[in-house]
Amino acid sequence: MNEEAFSDPARERQIFVGRVLLASLLMLAFTAILIARYFDLQINQHQDFVTQSDNNRVHMRPNPPARGVIYDRNGEMLADNQSVSNLTIIRERSNDLEKLIENIGTLVPLSESDVTRFYKRLKRRRPFEQTPIKFNLSEEEQAILAVNEHRLDGVKVSARLSRFYPKRDLFAHVVGYVGRINEREISLIDPIQYSGTDSIGKVGLEKFYENSLLGSVGSEHVETNARGRVMRVLNKVDPDSGSDLVLHVDSNLQQIAFDAFAGERGALVAMDVKTGGVLAMVSAPSYDANLFVSGISQKNYSELLNSADNPMFNRAIQGQYPPGSTVKPLFGLIALDNKTVSPSTRIEDPGFFFMEGIERPWRDHNSERGGHGKGVDLAKAIIESCDVFFYKMGIKTGINILSSNSSAFGLGAKTGIDLPGEATGIMPSRTWKKESRNASWFNGDTINMSIGQGFMLSTPLQLAVMTARIASKGKIIEPRLVKSVGGIDLVPAKTKQIKEIDPKYWDYIHDSMKGVVHSVRGTATSINRGLTYTMAGKTGTAQVVSISADEDYDKSKLNKRQWDHALFIAFAPFDDPQIAVGLIVENGEHGSSTAAPIARSVIDAYLQTNSKISSIPNDALKGLNVYANQ
Amino acid sequence: MQINDFVRTMQNPGGARRISRSMNIDLILLVLLFALCTFGLAVLYSAGGQDLSYVKRQLTFMTVGFALMLIVAQISVRSLERWAFVIYGLGLVSLFAVLIFGVGAKGAQRWLDLGFTRLQPAELMKVCLPLMISAYLSKRFIPPNFKHVCWSIVMILVPTLLIVRQPDLGTAILVFMSGFLVLFLAGLGKRYIAGSGLIAIAAIPVMWLFVLRDYQKQRILTLLSPEDDTLGSGWNIIQSKTAIGSGGFEGKGWTEGTQSQLSFLPESHTDFIIAVLAEEFGLIGVLALCTLYLLVIGRSLVIATNAQSQFGRLLAGSLASIFFVYIFVNMGMVSGILPVVGAPLPMISYGGTAILTLFIGFGMLMAISREPKQMRTQF
Repeated sequence: MNEEAFSDPARERQIFVGRVLLASLLMLAFTAILIARYFDLQINQHQDFVTQSDNNRVHMRPNPPARGVIYDRNGEMLADNQSVSNLTIIRERSNDLEKLIENIGTLVPLSESDVTRFYKRLKRRRPFEQTPIKFNLSEEEQAILAVNEHRLDGVKVSARLSRFYPKRDLFAHVVGYVGRINEREISLIDPIQYSGTDSIGKVGLEKFYENSLLGSVGSEHVETNARGRVMRVLNKVDPDSGSDLVLHVDSNLQQIAFDAFAGERGALVAMDVKTGGVLAMVSAPSYDANLFVSGISQKNYSELLNSADNPMFNRAIQGQYPPGSTVKPLFGLIALDNKTVSPSTRIEDPGFFFMEGIERPWRDHNSERGGHGKGVDLAKAIIESCDVFFYKMGIKTGINILSSNSSAFGLGAKTGIDLPGEATGIMPSRTWKKESRNASWFNGDTINMSIGQGFMLSTPLQLAVMTARIASKGKIIEPRLVKSVGGIDLVPAKTKQIKEIDPKYWDYIHDSMKGVVHSVRGTATSINRGLTYTMAGKTGTAQVVSISADEDYDKSKLNKRQWDHALFIAFAPFDDPQIAVGLIVENGEHGSSTAAPIARSVIDAYLQTNSKISSIPNDALKGLNVYANQ
Repeated sequence: MQINDFVRTMQNPGGARRISRSMNIDLILLVLLFALCTFGLAVLYSAGGQDLSYVKRQLTFMTVGFALMLIVAQISVRSLERWAFVIYGLGLVSLFAVLIFGVGAKGAQRWLDLGFTRLQPAELMKVCLPLMISAYLSKRFIPPNFKHVCWSIVMILVPTLLIVRQPDLGTAILVFMSGFLVLFLAGLGKRYIAGSGLIAIAAIPVMWLFVLRDYQKQRILTLLSPEDDTLGSGWNIIQSKTAIGSGGFEGKGWTEGTQSQLSFLPESHTDFIIAVLAEEFGLIGVLALCTLYLLVIGRSLVIATNAQSQFGRLLAGSLASIFFVYIFVNMGMVSGILPVVGAPLPMISYGGTAILTLFIGFGMLMAISREPKQMRTQF
């Protein structure tokens, strides 16, 4: 209190005013700093921040195109797009991700791999992007999630289009399937075209026609808020849907062929002789293509992978088998054309064949001991499948002629069908053996090859192509699965002729093949009962294990997997061939007993529905007339 | 005498000037505050997502605050001086109470729940402390001697440290400043100022190691390089700079700011509201606001220099100066030149206690502006 007594108000005020002035100067200085700062941000750096602000709010959102649909020739759907519901999480909107996933797990089943894959995807996402954790929710699951939505922050059920294969396993080897884009594919694809699309064709037509099926991506510029919610669409470019594919394949025929295998392993290709269109392509057994669409489970995948029947292997284009006797008509034709045999050439077949300098004889596989006897000509050799005739003919014709002329019929090279992963097969030649085995060609090799054994390998597709080219008397028929893309027909290149071959030789070979089915001693005569048309064919048997000459093939001593493969090629109707078929039944033993009936049922079905030649009995027509007259 | 004035005015109505004089109101300050509040409500309407609920509540706070201001304006300066110690004591008690009974969010206890409303005692301390220090120093030597400086520092540090404990570093710094400014205006020696500057610099590593919590350290690191963590703590500052910068000279227009309307800007109605203003009204808006603020401060300083008592001078001067500190800290932090601390923009940011505290302060200023001539004997 006494301190107050000494105070000097005038001096106090003076000191205060001095300090207020100092404070005012400081305030003005600091205000200048603030204004300079705001000036710098709002004037100097204005453009940068405008850009940044637009980047914040305006986002380009891809508008993925609908994938092209795949139809068979009759408009039946083989690959379709279906709307499916996926469970997604927006990371930014959930506080405790682990707890959230745990919560979801109590509502809908979540496997461990669902969760680990989710975390992998999470690393690649953009902020506020929906990251899928579970695909293809059932309606029940969707309902459960909808009820519990309020306690699942950041969880969304989003609908998108997903591939669906209504025929399941029937077309798995033809149409193939789509699957999630993997790391390797990411580096190969155009990231813009695939933005908003998470699957890509993996095998089959889905892969081969990927570019047509994909379509082209659309986009929208949207204004979003900080939580990623779209406030409005600023502008929009619609996507172009992928092109639809229409196949030559007839799904009824495919079904009949598939069923005809009845649990056997094997493959069949049926072609339209006029166009090269593939009417049916079966590889049995098959698998459900839908398994792969949203990522196949480890269990299902290893089941498919480890199955002894190898269901994922497309035998029709990748399976390489010795063609066996099915090459006999072709080799016969080549020999006739090259004058190494003539229609009048006759040999005696004692049931075996010795070659000079080699002790071991070549057996005739298609006769009882004793052979086909005297007077075997080329026709008889084809009809009854006499090996000895072909041994002799092969030696006489020589590897060079056989090899070089066979290629034109589609053997030993890719046929160029519109499917990925086709095998080339092997049409051996001197240079081939030199290059691949570093060995010289021996006559013994020619002998083996002349009945479609030895080094020679071909795919069922190659057999069908060979048959179609023989049926059309030398037209270069090229196999095609797809008839039109996006409504535009793929017009086949004008078919060229292989080379000029004397028509009488063609007729000779055709007649011989007709004999296989229709003559009494033909190897496939068992299938001609009740035929309303004429069929030409050739049976074949391919050894799986080599049987030495002094031993008989005794199936009781062998495991079924070591039984011979049964093959058959055929075309019909004889006078105006429309359909050509090549097929194999693995370990089916005899072309005549197991393979030929399958071909017959396919050709029957095809000609009944598609043939211009009426196969309806006259009686039935009469009945119709009677009905009409009433 | 005051009542007589009032009665006389009622009997003989003679213009606003006379009414304001009789009601102890400073008309210039009143008009400026009215302009600030109006501007603030307009910005708040836009910042609150064009939802009237924030505006309505803020308007309620402002009305209550305005009434408080008028009431405080009627209190004589002598009473303020006399009751300063009690008010300060109550303030300290409420700060203790916050630490014990307080409620809060995000790991900090800042509010006292009074049942009908929630109070933030730290905000109130922003006026209690200058009141106390002004009262203390005005009775002693000017400029203050060492002993008085020490006692003042103790009186400043007790509430400051209590607020640091909450923890609320931003408010603690502002409270500290509000007390320190009184010392400065009272003529604190240059040696003390230099000394405290050195102590502040020396305190930085100590604060870093022992006082600052991790999130507070993070905010300082974020200031230095916000781009290091664009989705985490850097987000706020990047978004606010983007809002300010994209506003440009003229701004995007009222309620047209994309940063604020699309929720990219966090805390857009409270601490970061200046970014909304800068985005929608541009540099023009920022300059207009600064002008209004400087006019308010200028008028307050005029009141301070004209004050009749040393207490009135110190209190008015410190209230005017601390008002500037609020503005600088807030605008500096939102534009990225200061670390992010919890500091609202005075009269503009949404927030009840802050508005009430400010109006109480202006009430005191008005009381001081009409302080009658001292009857003290002079020799």
